[in-house]
Amino acid sequence: MRSRTFLLEIVMIAVAVAFLFPVYALVTLSLKDPGQISQAPLALPNPPTTANFGEAWSAAALGPSLMNSTVITVASLIALIGLGSFAAYFLARTATRLGYALYVLFLLGIVLPFQLGMIPLYGLVNDLGLIGTHTGMIVFYTGIQLPFTVFLYTGFIRALPREYASAAQIDGASHLTAFTKVVFPLLRPITGTVLILNAVFIWNDFFTPLLYLGGSGFETVPVSVFAFVGQYVSDYGLVFAGLVLAALPIVAVFLVLQKYVIKGFSSGLKG
Amino acid sequence: MTLTTLPVETPPAARTRRARPLAGLSPSWLFAVPALLVYAAVVLYPSVVGVVYAFTDWSGVGEDMSFVGLSNFQAILGDEQVMGSLGNTLLLTMAILVVQNGVGLLLALGVHARLKSRALLRVVFFAPVVVSPVMVAFLWKYVYTPDSSTGLNGLLGLEVDWLGDPSVALWSIAGMVVWQYAGYSMVIFLAGLEGVPKELHEAAMIDGAGTLQRFRYVTWPLLAPALTINLMLSTIGGLKLFDQVFAATNGGPGYATETLSTVLYKQAFVFGKFGYSTAIALVLALFVAAVSLIQISYLRSREVAQ
Repeated sequence: MRSRTFLLEIVMIAVAVAFLFPVYALVTLSLKDPGQISQAPLALPNPPTTANFGEAWSAAALGPSLMNSTVITVASLIALIGLGSFAAYFLARTATRLGYALYVLFLLGIVLPFQLGMIPLYGLVNDLGLIGTHTGMIVFYTGIQLPFTVFLYTGFIRALPREYASAAQIDGASHLTAFTKVVFPLLRPITGTVLILNAVFIWNDFFTPLLYLGGSGFETVPVSVFAFVGQYVSDYGLVFAGLVLAALPIVAVFLVLQKYVIKGFSSGLKG
Repeated sequence: MTLTTLPVETPPAARTRRARPLAGLSPSWLFAVPALLVYAAVVLYPSVVGVVYAFTDWSGVGEDMSFVGLSNFQAILGDEQVMGSLGNTLLLTMAILVVQNGVGLLLALGVHARLKSRALLRVVFFAPVVVSPVMVAFLWKYVYTPDSSTGLNGLLGLEVDWLGDPSVALWSIAGMVVWQYAGYSMVIFLAGLEGVPKELHEAAMIDGAGTLQRFRYVTWPLLAPALTINLMLSTIGGLKLFDQVFAATNGGPGYATETLSTVLYKQAFVFGKFGYSTAIALVLALFVAAVSLIQISYLRSREVAQ
């Protein structure tokens, strides 16, 4: 039994090493100058150079785009958590037909591909003058991720005893106060899941920001990287330095919060 | 990729499920109004208008638009590029579905064993999930270089034109998607494995069941919920695949890697055929809805049966 576990450990580590080959290429190439890349592309950088990173940082406009991504992601998350938990509180606690119909209407949004409304929505956002703005993207992400957010919150609130809110209301609190002061703090576990899943989606989303923000100067990280790679396509050292810098923030956050991130992504089973 | 999971967490002291609300104690419907307004403006209204556009010849310029009945859909049936992209999308989805979940399950079984490196392995395999698919595609574009001195060819001593050979390119795209998301399937299977009671394994062992038998008769049936979620996620993700194709091949060589999402993008924003593009989007929507419904009902019945 022990030797079998040991053998499995060796196999799994070998699989992980093979799995990391693209990451090895990414990191080593970013540390090489063009001469080293053409002569020994897969060798370790000798000597390593960090020149690519400074150039990639400014060429890919990573400073401003990290700022844009942060503003858009944080604002969308606040709106999603506020609106989503509010709506879910009604949907979970009502027994009316209207409530049920509304819940089904929200669930429909999980299945609908956004491409169906892509063109009419572009027209609408354009008419409102929101193309190329943070506001346009924040409203978009709030709307597009609300169904999923409402779904998660509603499921959680339904399993939460009503007595918490009732007790507060008997003490004279309004529904609003009972929700914000008593119920919302109890939603912390699901709020964490909502935060993580939506943050990863919004941070990495590409198609809509390309459409709405391309060329505006307010590009998010994936859109900036796309333009940057298109421009410097054959200079792999520079391109990969840009990819390393662009991926670093979210990978760092993942490594710090790995327990919660993996739990958020793997949830859906214990109920 | 849209994220779809079932509700999960156990709230503090879960007890009353659907107790009848006391009169006046249910929150007002006004709580749902702000969310409903944003959702209606961003999703519902544009989708309804989109369905209408699918039956028109709108070019996106001006008000000039007339209803053309089903002719967009007839055109789709006769359009080699669109039908080809539909075939590609279905093949890609099947390949991703089978390989990603197969690899994910094997990784989960490996990591679930009592290995010293299990925590580290889990982080390594999951890490690509949090990175932007566009960036992963650019990285893999290099890994898939036709140059035999580097990339995958250099590593394995091959001379394959991974993204340039029309008969290989689609599978290469599937490969990079599986590399990025196998860890996602893995963590969902892992959560399922952690829910299998140890006593069941012990009982089966006492009855003389071997490793494979225990997997087949104890673990596998209890993994049904995890399998349901994984199949749903990879199918819907595969059907909507856009970023990876757009960044790595832009549908090429020829139309070899064109998917429904890249084709409808080009029809709208390159050729200005907005009505036609939306008709393709409607076809995509019907596929996603049909597959979701079939999978939910089939897998639910399987869960109940076992």
